[in-house]
Amino acid sequence: MVLLPCPHCGPRDAAEFGYVGERAARPDPGAATPQQWRGYLYLRRNPAGWADELWLHRAGCGRYLAMSRHTVTGDIRAVRDAATGGAD
Amino acid sequence: MKLRRSLPRPARYSGFGLLRHALGGAPWPPVWRRHDLRDRYDVVVIGGGVHGLATAYYLAANHGVNNVAVLERGYLGGGASGRNTAIIRSNYLTPEGVAFYHRSVRLYESLAADLNFNVMFSQRGHLTLAHTDSALRTMRWRAEVNKLQGVDSSLVGRSEIGSLVPHLDVSDRPRFPILGGLWHPPGGIVRHDAVVWGYARGADAAGVHLHQDTEVVGIDVTGGRVQGVRTNRGRIAAPAVVACTAGWASTVCDLAGVALPITTFPLQAAVTEPVRPFLDTVVVSGTRHVYVSQTDRGELVFGAAVDPFPSYSSRGSLEFTEGVAAHVLELMPALAPVRILRQWAGLCDMTPDFSPVMGPTPVEGFYVDVGWGTYGFKAGPVAGETMASLVATGKTPDLIAPFDLARFTDGRLVGERGAAAVGH
Repeated sequence: MVLLPCPHCGPRDAAEFGYVGERAARPDPGAATPQQWRGYLYLRRNPAGWADELWLHRAGCGRYLAMSRHTVTGDIRAVRDAATGGAD
Repeated sequence: MKLRRSLPRPARYSGFGLLRHALGGAPWPPVWRRHDLRDRYDVVVIGGGVHGLATAYYLAANHGVNNVAVLERGYLGGGASGRNTAIIRSNYLTPEGVAFYHRSVRLYESLAADLNFNVMFSQRGHLTLAHTDSALRTMRWRAEVNKLQGVDSSLVGRSEIGSLVPHLDVSDRPRFPILGGLWHPPGGIVRHDAVVWGYARGADAAGVHLHQDTEVVGIDVTGGRVQGVRTNRGRIAAPAVVACTAGWASTVCDLAGVALPITTFPLQAAVTEPVRPFLDTVVVSGTRHVYVSQTDRGELVFGAAVDPFPSYSSRGSLEFTEGVAAHVLELMPALAPVRILRQWAGLCDMTPDFSPVMGPTPVEGFYVDVGWGTYGFKAGPVAGETMASLVATGKTPDLIAPFDLARFTDGRLVGERGAAAVGH
């Protein structure tokens, strides 16, 4: 079983969580060109290494979490509630 | 398309040759050779799987371009080409997808003869089950699209399914009973290692250099044009570089500064101990997230949907084993005593529309054949044929024009989610 650390609920089964996607800065919808907007929608860093990700603890506290996770080893070096602390 | 037949050929495999080697005891020649790295090639192909090897083979076979290197970080066919469940089919949903995979099935049909290598392509029929009204609706849609493209594909009912697959539970007992299915007689399975080795042998005989244990660590780009690649064995100058990797497409293309719409997920598969032959079709259930076929050795091969979150690791998980076993038993309760022998994982580069990314990139001379999700192996021959044509002539073949990288920024997605895989 893969355990993920939830800042509210503690270590929990990864099956409780939903992977939402990479965290990326959202361009201003009024100012972005269609190309910029579609780049934001579709293009991904997809690193083999540390990735900044958004997860939803859907079967737990229901909160969105900002997680720094290593995509090769599965290690997690930082996790916090996405709504609090840290600039996106 | 017509293949040019002026290639230097390896010593032909034949029944007579087999007998001669058996009686004479002479060692078999290596299937492909080792070479020193040249400092310049006309084309460098990154990735020694079925896509890269087929691209190199068709460059030499169809276009006479044989100053080609295939660079493989590990061993040939050690990535997704050796980890898939070897299913071949062309019953896709979009007209673009159907035409493309139809050509691939055609190439697979003549591959053993073309390569003089038995790839054991068994067109045993491919059956996709519907357990819900919406799945049945999508299948009716797929069947009509398939028929219009000349692909043998039709909707079948429960009684036909029962006679096609004797051990399938077609009763009302399961929680999601089988309502119908999409029957695709030309679909089947192939020996995936043989496809890799056959292309490698053909490419080697035509003069292509196959470099194993050769990792690309950099791609040189100046003035928007590719100049060559840097490897752990030295630098290579090349006017054309083709990325044909599955699982590492984002990291390879990042070396050239090309961003891709790809997220990499592992997909797990498993195989059971061998049992007597009883299953002569490929059975797929989207609702049950599983596909089953029986190999010539009698093992049952199970594949599933991709793992629930991205990763570059190919570890297996107990959740997968439990899930796949439960799903298979819902379909075929008689398999309860059969034991799973081993499981493994491969990496799938998923795109937003479940179609591949093929063609030129913003970097001149740098081409991609990536984003193969869960459908890369079945496309190997046609991907090689079309990418070779693109690289050799500079013109994008009609078959792959819809799959270009620019479709994501231009808003021309080719939605293949309804037929690309199970459980997405």
